[in-house]
Amino acid sequence: MNRRDLIAAAGACAALPSMVGAARGQPVPIGEPVRASVSFRVNGAGHHLELDTRTTLLDALREHLKLTGTKKGCDHGQCGACTVLVDGQRINSCLTLAVMNQGSEVTTIEGLGSVDNLHPMQAAFVKHDGFQCGYCTPGQICSAVAVLDEIKAGIPSHVSADLEGAMAVSEAELRERMSGNICRCGAYSNIVEAMTDVAGRQG
Amino acid sequence: MRAFTYEKAASPAEAATAAARNAEAKFVAGGTNLLDLMKLQIETPTHLIDVNGLGLDTIEATPEGGLRIGAMVRNTALAADARVRRDYAVLSRALLAGASGQLRNRATTAGNLLQRTRCPYFYDTAQPCNKRQPGSGCSALGGFSRQLGVVGTSDSCIATHPSDMAVAMRVLDATVETVKPDASTRSIPLAGLHRLPGSTPHLETALEPGELITAVTLPKPAGGRHIYRKVRDRASYAFALISVAAVIQRDGRGKVALGGVAPKPWRVEAAEAELPRGAKAAAKAMFAGARPTDENAFKLPLVERTLAAVLAEARG
Repeated sequence: MNRRDLIAAAGACAALPSMVGAARGQPVPIGEPVRASVSFRVNGAGHHLELDTRTTLLDALREHLKLTGTKKGCDHGQCGACTVLVDGQRINSCLTLAVMNQGSEVTTIEGLGSVDNLHPMQAAFVKHDGFQCGYCTPGQICSAVAVLDEIKAGIPSHVSADLEGAMAVSEAELRERMSGNICRCGAYSNIVEAMTDVAGRQG
Repeated sequence: MRAFTYEKAASPAEAATAAARNAEAKFVAGGTNLLDLMKLQIETPTHLIDVNGLGLDTIEATPEGGLRIGAMVRNTALAADARVRRDYAVLSRALLAGASGQLRNRATTAGNLLQRTRCPYFYDTAQPCNKRQPGSGCSALGGFSRQLGVVGTSDSCIATHPSDMAVAMRVLDATVETVKPDASTRSIPLAGLHRLPGSTPHLETALEPGELITAVTLPKPAGGRHIYRKVRDRASYAFALISVAAVIQRDGRGKVALGGVAPKPWRVEAAEAELPRGAKAAAKAMFAGARPTDENAFKLPLVERTLAAVLAEARG
């Protein structure tokens, strides 16, 4: 089911008569907030936080550590705007609880590079115009950095012709591997160019 | 999201015991499906038991020549394992056809199997759904059903199990290992893990309260051509309209399971005798008793044609 179907389904459902009212889910009591402590490192610095257990890693980064480079898009793992690196692997920070990441090493866009010292992928996104509004860009860049690492590590993808051979940095590979990062401005082709540029320089 | 208490389990048996103590407790592994549903208050556990630290994250050879995959092995790690790529390629291919790179890095083997069988009406809390609220009715039956199930469904529910991985595991004759709250263990053939909806679509698996999956075992490699072909509305990061997992031997015999068509990975062993005679006969046998809607009847010929392409690829 794609998004268009979902919207169509929701619209059609809204027109159903009120007989469905009795069948609607009863609201559940939310309950008293529960707090727990968690320690992890973010961009090289240690942090100890006392958090509501419901706090996602994304909200811990943005609301508690004020690292607002990581963006909240859909908050359901569909758009990739919240992509960060945890212990070197890219994940959706909206779909993991902060308390589940005890002892982890988190890298956000702020940890990849700075204004005066851009990460090569950040520089390549600027050079190739790999963004327009910029909202998805921190997630795109974190994902792009991890994708090149995954290819280097020989992790295959859906479009890899040979599961056991060396993995190539082709346009098809990059597009497939980046499919968890949505860009509504449609900067995809320039993102592929930026990634190809960085991969080429890495050799 | 409903408030919940949180604990890290120290052992699989302890996790199972903790879960049995509280009917509103849930295990959390990758969290990629559970947290999504908790945010929408479709899942409302009052206690989470984190099972990530139990050491169930390795892939080991079994004495029988197969593989024992720990329940917490991440989807990426499983797809990239050299033995899986070499001997169980259909499993690597299925994993790589599912979700996104970010999700596969966190999603686990057991969590993938136990993700909810679902449809858009299950996600819409303003609509009746027998799975979300038993007895409230099924919005999908008279609604938008293009993506939904055609076989194994019931008058109560036509949702599909969305996993690609599980379809490959079904064709590979995988077995699920579990531990129960009383510390006893058992093995469940994957064929018996997922229940058909019948009149109780809210009950999706054969697992008992508190029972925890600890591993999935694969029998020794069966050889043959391993093919996973997924047909979807966009080229990447979308659920299957239909998918075909196949292991086909040189003489044309083989095994086939389908995704995207049923509330569980769909395999009809009796239909496999038809494979040497071609896709038409095999697809017909797999869809015995199928009840498609007007919107998803296309899935039957789509499976037949995809299976024909898979068989041709296996011959080539």
